[in-house]
Amino acid sequence: MKVGIAREIRPGERRVAATPDTTRRLVKLGFEVCIERDAGRGASFPDADFEAAGAKIVDRLELWSGSEILLKVQPPEMEVALQTHEADLLAEGAVLISFLWPAKNQDLVERLRARKVTAFAMDQVPRITRAQKMDALSSMSNIAGYRAVIEAASYFGRFFTGQITAAGRVPPAKVLVIGAGVAGLSAIGAARSLGAIVRAFDTRPEVREQIQSMGAEFLTVEVEEEASEGGGYGKEMSAAFIAAEMALLAQQCREVDIVITTALIPGKVAPQLVTQEMVNSMRPGSVIVDLAAEAGGNCAVTKPDAVVVQNGVTVIGFVDLPSRLAPTASQLYGTNLLHLLADMGGGKSFHIDQENPIVRGAIVVHEGALLWPPPRPPEPAKPAVAAPKPPTASAAQGTPGAKAVETGKLQTAVMTGAFVLLALIGAVAPRELVSHLTVFVLACFVGWQVVWNVTPALHTPLMSVTNAISGIILVGGMLQISGPLSSPVTILSAVAVLLATINIVGGFMVTQRMLRMFQK
Amino acid sequence: MSQGLITALYLVAGVLFIMSLGGLSAQSSARRGNTYGVIGMVIALAITAIGAVHSYGLLICVLVVGGSIGAVLARRVQMTAMPEMVAALHSFVGAAAVLVGIASYLEGRVFFTRSEAVIHRVEIFLGVFVGAITFTGSVVAFGKLRGAIRSKPLLLPKRHWLNLIMLIVCGAMGITFLGASGVAGLVPLLVMTVLAGVIGVHLVMAIGGADMPVVVSMLNSYSGWAAAAAGFMLDNDLLIITGALVGSSGAILSYIMCHAMNRSFISVILGGFGADEGAAPAGRTTGEPQGEVTPIAPGDTATLLEDAKSVVIVPGYGMAVAQAQHPLYEIAQHLKARGVKVRFAIHPVAGRLPGHMNVLLAEAKVPYDIVLEMEEVNEDFPNTDVALVIGANDIVNPGALDDPSSPIYGMPVLEVWKAAVTIVMKRSMASGYAGVENPLFFKENTRMLFGDAKKNVDAILAELRANSSLSAA
Repeated sequence: MKVGIAREIRPGERRVAATPDTTRRLVKLGFEVCIERDAGRGASFPDADFEAAGAKIVDRLELWSGSEILLKVQPPEMEVALQTHEADLLAEGAVLISFLWPAKNQDLVERLRARKVTAFAMDQVPRITRAQKMDALSSMSNIAGYRAVIEAASYFGRFFTGQITAAGRVPPAKVLVIGAGVAGLSAIGAARSLGAIVRAFDTRPEVREQIQSMGAEFLTVEVEEEASEGGGYGKEMSAAFIAAEMALLAQQCREVDIVITTALIPGKVAPQLVTQEMVNSMRPGSVIVDLAAEAGGNCAVTKPDAVVVQNGVTVIGFVDLPSRLAPTASQLYGTNLLHLLADMGGGKSFHIDQENPIVRGAIVVHEGALLWPPPRPPEPAKPAVAAPKPPTASAAQGTPGAKAVETGKLQTAVMTGAFVLLALIGAVAPRELVSHLTVFVLACFVGWQVVWNVTPALHTPLMSVTNAISGIILVGGMLQISGPLSSPVTILSAVAVLLATINIVGGFMVTQRMLRMFQK
Repeated sequence: MSQGLITALYLVAGVLFIMSLGGLSAQSSARRGNTYGVIGMVIALAITAIGAVHSYGLLICVLVVGGSIGAVLARRVQMTAMPEMVAALHSFVGAAAVLVGIASYLEGRVFFTRSEAVIHRVEIFLGVFVGAITFTGSVVAFGKLRGAIRSKPLLLPKRHWLNLIMLIVCGAMGITFLGASGVAGLVPLLVMTVLAGVIGVHLVMAIGGADMPVVVSMLNSYSGWAAAAAGFMLDNDLLIITGALVGSSGAILSYIMCHAMNRSFISVILGGFGADEGAAPAGRTTGEPQGEVTPIAPGDTATLLEDAKSVVIVPGYGMAVAQAQHPLYEIAQHLKARGVKVRFAIHPVAGRLPGHMNVLLAEAKVPYDIVLEMEEVNEDFPNTDVALVIGANDIVNPGALDDPSSPIYGMPVLEVWKAAVTIVMKRSMASGYAGVENPLFFKENTRMLFGDAKKNVDAILAELRANSSLSAA
């Protein structure tokens, strides 16, 4: 199979449908690859690199007419210089794979159908798990989100990150991202890694965890409404919801420095979320980047493909953000194409299988028939939330074991010593003393066991409670207190009882006081 | 009352005491444990009063007086003053043991055999000896903790020899005491008591500052042994059991404290840490990364805390001195409300009493499940945005881990410097109780917030309040 990679003719388009890397992999898949002269120039890939990767450099007409599969980024369009439409250059029966946007390019679709070519729209690849590696919209959105932050940063006059320097404090920038799709999440990540404080708004509650896992604060509207439709896109909302949403956004606009809007509803004009008043309420120097500029814009001020400054607020409406990162965009798009071609059988057994949901979703025209739009895709698989739980803190593994060994040794030593001592004393001392010693040693052991279990947080209460019970020495005083008042024994004992009572009452009460304070 | 019944009830009291200590294994069961202790004590007193006392007037008098003093003390004491309170209570036990011992000697029990009489006298002698050391040692510890006595170790020349000589004299007194007939032994007994008292004073005077937790637990242990000795001399098993419980409890606490400072018990007891060794590093700067410290204002501290995702607060004795625990917890609550994860990290020897910081935080109503111990929190510091050290020094000294020449080398410490930013609140650049320079202060990601801890904490709190009312508006 001959695969041709065409040069993009749309002004300002720098991307290309293959890079030397993806070319090499196409060749490996069994394709014969041709590339139009200078096709990679805009993305900084010289022809020589493509040649080295196994591609043949050919001229424009030869490429278009000679390719069995033609790869492109932008939809085919009228070439003014040659007064021909690219679609008419294709050989009959050839396969065209590019972005097509069939909903708004009906003329083009008709032209392709009449030409009897097979056309696949990369923008129509269904959003199912298996098709993720071919999802060019996600690849491009990811780049657009990242680039939106970079554009914002270049127009914004302050640091994104807060700093405390010897010359004083610089506050961090506050960024609001509206819409947490691929582009929104990518923008959150980029803004966070530049050090900004990021908040993100989305009508779909299920994206909360994704937003939080990227490090942004999730803003939400307290109106019960389900906002997710089949296919993983947002949908239009009720009036009450929109009112609450607008109030929230109006308040946020007064606070933040940067707004990045990414709200798109497929096939419809983008919702206007940032009104003229909101733009007026923003601080001079603030920046808005509208990723929906091409679909009408989320901001009232947005002009597609232009930068507008109004009341000191810069509104960026670039529609070519992925193209502004052409090498990366080309690499990702080229890889998406590569995966699609591999899924369709590779170079050796390339075939168009309409039972394959990916093929069925992306195919627009085939053998003179219009196959778009496809039947609705099945329910989306629950989005796998990629927020790995941080490993729960487990105490240092070595310590408890080591402690056990240590106390074990200590116990053995103490026990042996006690036995030897007891035996010695038992040999000479009266029975009563031995029995007292037995009690004493056993009590020491019990105390040892019990006290090791006391949690360190309660060591102070432990001390005060042991203080209280060591007041038991008062029993000693009481045993001798019954003599005549004048006898020294009685007086000494009375003083002892007095002191010990202070201990008992004071110890228990202060312990109780402390323990009452411990609460969860 | 039959002797059998008395013994059985004593056993019940002993078991209740054990259960009372056992209850302290968890916060949830601790209060029940304390109740067991009270019940055990009531039983013990009641049976002793019924079984052995004949004139109740005097007994009730002293019980009422002593009880009221204890109650007033327990109600009035500040939680920051708990170390003093505990030391004072130790001294009472010590004094009581001395008095009981002397009274027991004066009572002059008659024994059938000579060996029994000798054993009884040995018991008295030991009991009085330990009691006297406990008493005077605790009084000095009380004075030091209160600030009435300088906390710096007092080091007399040849102090170990001095102790040894006093011990030998005590031994000689013991031999005289055993040989004396009638009450003639009273003189050597009293001489020994005075000497033991001097030893107690001298021992504790030589130990200072950060070693005080060990001293207090050690005296706790001694007070137990003194009670146990009294049990031997009075043939009372309950006293023996209780004394042994208290004695081992104090011993374990001392062991834990020493372990947490990586020091042997002997070296702590022999004293003199913060002085003879500490003097050297103060002048010696080799290997110490002396340099510029970066000061920070309370306002910036508040901002850093607000912007953080995870904050660990490390309190030390300075927090207790400044009484800053209440506003500190308010700060924690503010941060929590903003979604910041706030935890407290407690080093085993923070403060002047084992578990002192826990009690202070509990007093400020900090829930105990966000109060973590060193082992639990150390591995979390790399994921922490801000570590806030308040009134702690030696327990956050990185030199303990990486500077073999440091006097506290090998002591486990809270590794706050692994956090993204460490803010140290400190009165001045003075070194801690161990007298050791702290390289933490000179680290690049360390900010010093100088001044009175309470004032600074209040200032941060005010800033947080102002900020939150701004964002609410």
